[in-house]
Amino acid sequence: MEPVQSGRAMMNGAVVNGYHGGCALQEESDEKQPQPHRGDKAACRPKKKKQQQQQQQRQPPEPEPERHRAGCSDGRRTPVTKDPAPSTSRRLQQRRETVKKNRPPFPWFGMDIGGTLVKLVYFEPKDITTEEEQEEVENLRSIRKYLTSNVAYGSTGIRDVHLELKDLTICGRKGNLHFIRFPTQNMPAFIQMGKAKHFSSLHTTLCATGGGAYKFEPDLRTIVNLQLRKLDELDCLIHGTMYIDSIGFNGRAECYYFEHPTDPERCQKKTCALDNPYPLLLVNIGSGVSILAVYSKDNYKRVTGTSLGGGTFLGLCCLLTSCSTFEEALEMASRGESTKVDKLVRDIYGGDYDRFGLPGWAVASSFGNMMSKEKREAVNKEDLARATLVTITNNIGSIARMCALNEKINRVVFVGNFLRINTLAMKLLAYALDYWSKGQLKGLFMEHEGYFGAVGALLELVNSV
Amino acid sequence: MAADRTKAVGAVRTSRSARDGLDKSITLPPDEIFRNLENAKSFAIDIGGSLTKLAYYSTVQHKVAKVRSFDHYGKVPDDEPLYEISVQEEITARLHFVKFENAYIETCLDFIKAHLVNTETKVIKATGGGAHKFKNLIEKKLGLKVDKEDEMTCLIKGCNFVLRNIPHEAFVYVKHAEPEFRFQTTHPDIFPYLLVNIGSGVSIVRVESEDQFERIGGSSIGGGTFWGLGALLTKTKRFDELLQLASKGQHTNVDMLVRDIYGGAYESFGLTGDLIASSFGKSATTDKGFVPEDWRIANVVPLFKKRSGDNPEFTKEDMAKSLLHMISNDIGQLACLYAKLHNLSRVYFGGFFIRGHPVTMHTITYSINYFTKGEVQALFLRHEGYLGAIGAFLKGAEEDNPNQYSWGENYAGSSGLMNSSPDVHPLQRTRSGTFDMLEMDRLERQLVNLPLLLDASSYVPDTVDLTEDAMAREYWLSCFEDALDGVVKRAVASQPQSLDAAERAEKFRQKYRHKLQTLRHQPFAYGSLTVRSLLDTREHCLNEFNFPDPYSKVKQRENDIALKHFQKVVQALESLSMEERQFALVKGLLAGNVFDWGAKAVSDVLETNSAFGFEEAKKRLQARPWLVDAYNDWLERLKGPPHKCALFFVDNSGIDIILGVFPFVRELLSKGTEVILASNSGPALNDVTCSELAIVTERIAAMDSVIRKALEEDKLLLVQSGSSSPCLDLSRLDKGLATVVWERKTDLVIIEGMGRAIHTNYYAALRCESLKLAVIKNAWLAERLGGRIFSVVFKYEMPPK
Repeated sequence: MEPVQSGRAMMNGAVVNGYHGGCALQEESDEKQPQPHRGDKAACRPKKKKQQQQQQQRQPPEPEPERHRAGCSDGRRTPVTKDPAPSTSRRLQQRRETVKKNRPPFPWFGMDIGGTLVKLVYFEPKDITTEEEQEEVENLRSIRKYLTSNVAYGSTGIRDVHLELKDLTICGRKGNLHFIRFPTQNMPAFIQMGKAKHFSSLHTTLCATGGGAYKFEPDLRTIVNLQLRKLDELDCLIHGTMYIDSIGFNGRAECYYFEHPTDPERCQKKTCALDNPYPLLLVNIGSGVSILAVYSKDNYKRVTGTSLGGGTFLGLCCLLTSCSTFEEALEMASRGESTKVDKLVRDIYGGDYDRFGLPGWAVASSFGNMMSKEKREAVNKEDLARATLVTITNNIGSIARMCALNEKINRVVFVGNFLRINTLAMKLLAYALDYWSKGQLKGLFMEHEGYFGAVGALLELVNSV
Repeated sequence: MAADRTKAVGAVRTSRSARDGLDKSITLPPDEIFRNLENAKSFAIDIGGSLTKLAYYSTVQHKVAKVRSFDHYGKVPDDEPLYEISVQEEITARLHFVKFENAYIETCLDFIKAHLVNTETKVIKATGGGAHKFKNLIEKKLGLKVDKEDEMTCLIKGCNFVLRNIPHEAFVYVKHAEPEFRFQTTHPDIFPYLLVNIGSGVSIVRVESEDQFERIGGSSIGGGTFWGLGALLTKTKRFDELLQLASKGQHTNVDMLVRDIYGGAYESFGLTGDLIASSFGKSATTDKGFVPEDWRIANVVPLFKKRSGDNPEFTKEDMAKSLLHMISNDIGQLACLYAKLHNLSRVYFGGFFIRGHPVTMHTITYSINYFTKGEVQALFLRHEGYLGAIGAFLKGAEEDNPNQYSWGENYAGSSGLMNSSPDVHPLQRTRSGTFDMLEMDRLERQLVNLPLLLDASSYVPDTVDLTEDAMAREYWLSCFEDALDGVVKRAVASQPQSLDAAERAEKFRQKYRHKLQTLRHQPFAYGSLTVRSLLDTREHCLNEFNFPDPYSKVKQRENDIALKHFQKVVQALESLSMEERQFALVKGLLAGNVFDWGAKAVSDVLETNSAFGFEEAKKRLQARPWLVDAYNDWLERLKGPPHKCALFFVDNSGIDIILGVFPFVRELLSKGTEVILASNSGPALNDVTCSELAIVTERIAAMDSVIRKALEEDKLLLVQSGSSSPCLDLSRLDKGLATVVWERKTDLVIIEGMGRAIHTNYYAALRCESLKLAVIKNAWLAERLGGRIFSVVFKYEMPPK
C-alpha cells in the first residue's frame, strides 16, 4: 500500500524530536527536549505550544533500530545529497536564514484524504548538508530513503514517478516533490501502523485536508498521538493548483488543452500557460465533483457539486462488469462501444433532430437501449464500462458548462483523479464543452490531476510557521 | 351498440389475460369508454413507450331548458304562467381524451372503426415515439392517413392549453403531507415558464408564448437511464417495479455520503453529512489489496476483506433507490441551472418518469428545493399524460382555432387524478388506470378575469379547501350524499312527460355517488376539493343524464308569484324614510336570499310549507347585530356621493331576485348609479339564469317606470356571467361582462348568496368597494362561523388605499 514505506522509516522516529530538518535550531538537538520555536515566540501559534508540550511528555521515545535498518535497505542506495558539504560560514548563514524563515521541521508532507484515495506529497530535500545528514535521525533518513527509492508501497500504494517535480525550492530548501497515493480504505491500517511505529515521535505536524482529515482525526490523535492540522480542502485545492501551475512541470507547462477537440483526427494535446488565470471555473472530479468559481487565490466560491463523479463511474462499473479497479474499468471502457448501450438521437429520429439542432450522434438517453431485453443481451462488459464513462463524463461536462455560463467564466479547469490515465474522459469533456458552447468555452487540464489538495496542504505546512 | 361495446371490451380482457396470465378485466363500464364516438369529428393520437393517448373532438347533443316570453303586451292574464319553458336539443362541442396501454391499441382501433359513423375526417394527427411504429396499423384499421406532428411542439401546445383552461392544473407535491398535492391557482399570465420533460432523456424547454418556445437544453440522464441501468443492476424489467423497489431501498448502503468521507458534515460549505458525495461510491468492489508486509504488525489483523460478489452489503432495492436519487438529483440540478440562467421561476415537470409517480415527484421536488434553496418550486400537472395528445389535436384543429374559446374540465366525464401511492402494487395501479379519461367542454364564450380583482395572480375563489380541511370535507361529502335523494326526486319530477326519467335519474345517482366516493378517497382527484367543485360536479352529472334544469318549473312558479307582489313591496318601501328604507332594502335582500333550493334546510321548508313567503323569511333572519355586520358603514357610505356603477352578481329566482334584488337595484338607479346585473349563463339549482332574468326584467319594467327608464337609457344592463355554477369564480367570467365592467367604470361590486359570497369570494379582495351578503342556511357552516342557522353575513369592504 502506500506510504507504507514512509511508515517503516518512521518507526525509528523516536529520536526525531531533535531534528529540525535544516532549521536554524538544529544545534539544540543535543538537548533532549528542544524548544524549536522559542527563538520566534511571536510567530508561535497556540497549537504549536501544545504540540511541544505533548512532545515533551512523550519523551523518551523507544527506538527500534533493528527494524529500521531492515526496512531501509533500499534506501541506502539513494544518494544522500548532490550538494557539496557546506562550509561553516554557509551553515551559519543557513542557520540565520532558517531562523528568519522559521521553517517547519522535516519531514514535509501534505496529505489529502479523499473519499476513495489518499494523496500524499512528500518534499525530499536534496540540499542536505553533511552535517544535517549526520544529524538526521535514523528514523527520518529511512523515511526519506524508503519513499524515494520505491515506486510501489504494498500492493496499492503507488508513487507516480512521472509526476515528480525536480529541483524545486520550497521555503529556501531545494529538493524534489514526490506524489504518492493509496486507497482511503487503507487508512485504518495506516493508522495502526502509525501507532505501532510511533509516528508521534517524529515531532512534526501532519497537514491534512480532504474529508478524511476530519473523519480520521480522532484516530490520528488518540491512536497515533499525532499532531494534525486539518485544512479546508477547497482552499488547499486552489492553492495547490495555482502553485503547481506557477512553478511548471520540470520546465514544461503544467496546464494543457486539446486542440481541435471536435475533430478526432486532429485532436491533440497542447500545453499552455495559465497567465492571468482568473477568473476560472475549477472542476474537481474525485469520488464526487465540486465546482468552484475562482476569482483570486483567496477569493472563490463553491458554485455547486454533483454526486455523479469518479466514485459513481467506478462503483457502477464494478456492479455492471465485476471489475475491481479503476485501471481495469478504464481499460474495458477503451475497448467498448457506448452506442450499443445508449439511445442516440438518431435511434429515435432516424437522424438529426433538426427542429432543435440536435445531431443524430448525440446521446438522447444514457443506457436508454438497456430498457430492451434484446439489447441488454447484446452488450458486453466493455460496452457497459464505456457507456458508464461517457455518461458520467458528459454529465459533468454539461453541469460545468451551465455553471460557466451562469458565472460568466469561459475557462474551465478540470482536475481530480477521475482524469488520471483517462484521456478518453478528458477528450470527451473538451469536446462537449467546445461543441455545446459553440467554441465559447475552453476545457483545460493539469498534469498533476488529483494531487493539488495535497500540495495545498504541504504549502500550508511550510508557510505556516 | 351496447352489445358491441361489451364485445370489444371482452376482447381487451382476453388479450390482456393472454399476455400475462392474470385476470385483469377492465373495471370501467363499457359505455363509458370512447363516449360520443358516433359524433367524433377529428382525431389525434399520441403513442408513447407504454401508453397510447387518443384525442377526439365530438359534438354532444343534449337537452337544454329554454325559456321564452309569451307575448302579453304588458298585460298579465292571471291563469297563464309567466313564460314558456321548453326543452330543446342543443349541440355543444367536447374534447375527449382516452388513455390506455399500448397493448390495447389494436382492439381500441377496431372499436373506433366499428363506431365511427359520420366522420368526414381523412387524417389523424399523430405524435409520440410510437407514432412511427403504429403508423401502418392505424392507417389500415381506421382508413385515415397518419399525419405526424413534432412531439415537442405538441407537448408545449398541450401544456399551454391545460394551464390556461384548467384552474387547478398545476400542483406542488409534498410527501407525507395531508394532502400530498398542493394545487396552484393558474395565473392568467402563464408565460414564461420552463418545462422539463423527462422521458427516456430529458428536454428542457423555455416557453415564451403560445407559439414561441425554445429547447434550451437537456440531458441524456433521464427515465431511460433509470429504467435501463436499473434493469441491468437489479434484473427487474418493468419501470413500475423498479420504482417500487426504489421506494423500499436504503440508498446510504450504496452511496458515499459526505459523512462517509468527513465523518460528519462539511461545515465550511454547509454540506450536511447526509448529502450524497458520490452516487454508487460505496459499491466499488475494488480490490482492497493486501496490507503491506511492514504494516502487518503482530497484533493488527488486516482490516479489509469487506465483501465479495456473493455477499453484497446492499440489496437491489438499495441500488434502485440510489439510482433514483442520482437521476432525480441530476435532473433537478440541471433544471435549476437552466432556470437560473434564463431567470425563470415556474418550472413544470412532465414525462413518463414523473407521470403521477409519487416517488419521482418527491425526489425531484427534494432536489429542486435543495438546489434552489426553496426559491423555485417543482410544479407537476394533473393532466401531464395528455399533453402530447392535446397538442396534436390542437395542431389538427388549427383552422377551427380552438384557442379562441375557453374550455372547462367536465367532472362527470373525467377520471381525475389517480392515487398512485407506491403502496399500491404496480400491477394493480396499472389496472386501475387501464382506461383513463379527460373531457373538456367548449364554452361558447371566452372567460377572463374580473378586471376589478385586486391581484388576479393571488386570487383564490374558494374559501375553504376541503382537500386540506378533513373535517369540513367529511361534513360536505356526507351533506351532498344526504341531499342526493332529494336531487334525484326533483330531477324526475322536472320531466313528467319523459318515460325514462326515472332510469336516467337513477344513473345520475350512481354516477354522482361514485364521484363522491372517489373524492372521499382521493379528494385531490379534480384539483382542490371545494364546495364549489362538489356543486359543479353535481351539475355536470345531471347534464350528463339529460337533466339540464331540474328546477325550471320551480323557478317559473316562484318568479310568477313574486312578480305579483313586486308593486306592493315597492310601494311599502317608498313610504319609508331614507334610513328606514335602506335597512328595509337590505333586509329584503337577505330575506329573499333565504329562498335557496340548494340549501337543504330551506328546501325542506319549501317542500312542506307552500305558504312560506317573504314575510316568513324576514322573521327567520337573525336580528342585528348580525354575524358579520357592516351595515352602519354601508349606511354612512350611502349618505355620500352615489356610486358610478354597481355590478351585482345575483343568486336565486323568485322572491330573491324579484322582491329582494330589484327593489335594491331600483334604489341604486334612482340615485343615479348604473347597475349591471350579472346572472348565470346556464342553469344551476334555482339560480336565475340570464334568459330568465331577461323576461323577469321585462315584466318588471312593464310595471315600474324607474326600471323601464333605466333600461331605455342603458343604465340597467343584464349580462351573463359565463358560469353555470351556484358558485362564482371571478377569474373565469364572460369576456363581455369584463368589458362592460371596465367601460362603465364600475366602483361597487355586490355579491349575493352562500354559494357566491361565502363558499367562494368571502376573502376576495377587490379594487373597488364591495358588498358580500348572504344568509347562512346551513347549521354546520353557521356554527363553524360562530353563529346559528339563518345568521346574516353583511360584509362591506373598501378597497385598500
